[in-house]
Amino acid sequence: MEIPYIVEARPDTGLHNGKLGIWLFLASEVMLFGALFSTYILLRVGASEWPHGDLSVLLGTINTIILIASSVTMVMAWASLKLNDWGKHRLYLALTFVLALVFLVNKYFEYSEHLTKGEGPWHSTFFAIYFTLTGLHGLHIVGGMVVMAYFLGPGAKLWKKNPDQFANRIEATGLYWHFVDLVWIFLFPVLYLL
Amino acid sequence: MHSDPAEVRKSVRSYITVFVMLMVFTIITVGVSRFHFAVPLAITVALIIAAMKGSMVAGVFMHLSHERQLIYGTLLLTAAFFFMLLFLPVLAYMDRVRY
Amino acid sequence: MDNATTLGTVAHGHAHEHAHEELGWWRTYVFSVDHKVIGIQYAVTGLTFLLFGFTLMMIMRWQLAYPGRPIPLIGTWFGQDKAPGGIMLPEFYNQLGAMHGTIMVFLGVVPLAVGGFGNFVMPLQIGAPDMAFPKINMMSYWVYFIGGVVMLLSFFAPGGAAQSGWTSYTPLSVIATSGQTWWLFGMIFLITSSLLGSINFIVTIIQLRAKGLNYMRLPFFVWAQFVTSFLLLLAFPPLEAAGVLQLMDRLAGTSFFEPSGLVVSGKVLTNAGGGNPLLWQHLFWFLAHPEVYVLILPAMGIVAEVIANNTRKPLWGYKAMVYSLIFLGFMSFFVWAHHMFMTGMGTAMSAFFQTTTMIISIPSVVILTSLLLSLWGASIRFTTPMLFALAFLPMFGIGGLTGLPLGLAPPDIHLHDTYYVIGHFHYVVAPGTILALFAGIYYWYPKATGRMMNDMLGRIHFWGTFVCINLVFMPMFIQGLGGMNRRMYDGGMQYAHNQSLLKWNVVIGMAAWTMGLFQLPFIVNFLWSIKHGKRVENDNPWQATTVEWSAPSPPGHGNFAIAPVVYRGPYEYSVPGAPKDFSPQFEPERA
Repeated sequence: MEIPYIVEARPDTGLHNGKLGIWLFLASEVMLFGALFSTYILLRVGASEWPHGDLSVLLGTINTIILIASSVTMVMAWASLKLNDWGKHRLYLALTFVLALVFLVNKYFEYSEHLTKGEGPWHSTFFAIYFTLTGLHGLHIVGGMVVMAYFLGPGAKLWKKNPDQFANRIEATGLYWHFVDLVWIFLFPVLYLL
Repeated sequence: MHSDPAEVRKSVRSYITVFVMLMVFTIITVGVSRFHFAVPLAITVALIIAAMKGSMVAGVFMHLSHERQLIYGTLLLTAAFFFMLLFLPVLAYMDRVRY
Repeated sequence: MDNATTLGTVAHGHAHEHAHEELGWWRTYVFSVDHKVIGIQYAVTGLTFLLFGFTLMMIMRWQLAYPGRPIPLIGTWFGQDKAPGGIMLPEFYNQLGAMHGTIMVFLGVVPLAVGGFGNFVMPLQIGAPDMAFPKINMMSYWVYFIGGVVMLLSFFAPGGAAQSGWTSYTPLSVIATSGQTWWLFGMIFLITSSLLGSINFIVTIIQLRAKGLNYMRLPFFVWAQFVTSFLLLLAFPPLEAAGVLQLMDRLAGTSFFEPSGLVVSGKVLTNAGGGNPLLWQHLFWFLAHPEVYVLILPAMGIVAEVIANNTRKPLWGYKAMVYSLIFLGFMSFFVWAHHMFMTGMGTAMSAFFQTTTMIISIPSVVILTSLLLSLWGASIRFTTPMLFALAFLPMFGIGGLTGLPLGLAPPDIHLHDTYYVIGHFHYVVAPGTILALFAGIYYWYPKATGRMMNDMLGRIHFWGTFVCINLVFMPMFIQGLGGMNRRMYDGGMQYAHNQSLLKWNVVIGMAAWTMGLFQLPFIVNFLWSIKHGKRVENDNPWQATTVEWSAPSPPGHGNFAIAPVVYRGPYEYSVPGAPKDFSPQFEPERA
């Protein structure tokens, strides 16, 4: 007996295994970041004073735009596969990877600026939660880039063997990537603007 | 699902539309923060804008708007627990015994 | 089918290959992606950790029964920094306590109940060839294994293992020795393993059910694993986050949990302050409360299977039990601060959590009552698994009932942090879950190995364990009601109010060590029967109705030659007019 519904959807659920799997994973990630947002709320409410304007709104805004753009290129990478355009798919996936890299480079500059001023996580609870939230988010970006690199590299072979399964995997990667974007959409105003 | 090319091309148009909307909302949220509202109002406005952006990403990019009930159900459940996690600790803090 | 996938029983040579490529020894028995091998790996590792955690407790009980006396036989093995001259240092007692809890919960019970039983039985019960994601399944075991090794190695860290309770409350845990850092890293591995496993379980149950197996025909065991997996999926991440925060407090100088102006050993800490120790408690208990349902639900699942099978009757109130399971799982996320009644919460929040806690006791009662009512009018077969399953019922009853005064804020004022709490939670987990897990081992052993465990040894194991375990935990209620606090390395002898209660420590110790001896027949039986147990006459020695019994014993790779089809509910025993007293789910109607 082979494992069914790896590629085709199960009739009564309308899902293939990987799609259900990735959504469940994202649900757990909501709880993970939820704990950190809860930490932020509790610490801020309990604080007598909370810093304002310590972060570069410009860099944050630029990074927001970059990440949203990468979300578009990611979904286009998947759509190209559905339109059977392998070339466009490779282009969009590579673009997503590059945008992610730019995001990280910006983050590197941001972090360095704070650290040289002595504003590390040890400096205050604000910086503690700032570094933890953006750091964990950044690790998720790295994770996404590793997966993208795999599908740009050795993983691309699956397109020849089983195009539908490959498309499913890109869709799953996309769902993960959009989630990473979603978290940033909330992180940005909470940390940079409020 | 989206195997039909015409369907996919329609979706592509919605992706571009959403991208533009997200850019607009980003500018708005940064612009609004310049006004330095009182904290409760600032939080409310920022979260509303973020929620709108988030729903667009989830609904359109993640195809959640035409996803299966099973997925919705799981996310609804998660949302319930998420809000509990977010608010009960701080409510407990505000209800604490003061000496 | 050829590739037998259980310990020790290598099938009759590989003279003829099937469609599957020949995997080497390592890929067949060590890095296998077969759910049965992985299930057995989890089960054996879990049992080993249970034994280790139990041994830690036996050593603790010596100190509690005879404070300050050198530990006999092995006392000098622990070295100068833990037990100079064989006399346990308070720090060592605390290490034993913290690690006993951690190991039993995270390395023993859950891996056995979920990783072991869930992995092995569930795919067979739903008629699937394997889990939805076999490679992720394998990864989840090895990540658990690494986490376990990290936890064990922590004993050798300078200053010893974690010693701030399995609950690792801050700020004590933040200033504790390096063993605590090991604990935190270990937990991150364990939580990751759990996450991988829970996703696998949920997708498998939803997507890989056999034809005809709709949700209300699922064995209760599968439902229990399903709800448990949702608990693990959604409740563990906050603890993972909290673990990272505590690591940052310990290693990166942050103050998530350290309040301003904290004084340690007469010196004010120089860190930023502004943290909240209760934040840790909220994040920890957000997981740890659903975690206790993770501990009990699989056990209820096993008991339901064994009871239905040995009463030759359908389970009473199956539907009510399933809805109760779902409601219980849902409510378990809203009760956590009943562990925090004594942290200065006001009356509003205390009332909220007290109310949700009372509400959550209802589904547990429904499940227990249904299991009890299932015995009414039954032809009970007192097989060894049934003995354990029957014992579970009153034990869980005592555990559950003694939880009520703890879940109500006013009596909790007196009982919090006393031995009453220890008695309560152990009754649910030890005489409760662990007895149920034993039932499961005796019950499914023939499916996994093709052989029965020895019945006489099984009954000795049962009676010895059952009597001793009650002697261990019942006195704790007396001690707790008398005001004896928990986590005191000298058994509480310094307090006047404890003096009349100290004698119980000797009783408890004796009972614990005797219980240890009674595990020997089990260990011998488990290992000996692999090669020498009585062979089963057919694949369904218990004459059971669920799908796993249609597979060979042990099942081969892929489990079923052709996909099973399910025709009826899971517990069609003694159907009027049927030719035999059980109508298996997988057998078609006769023409």
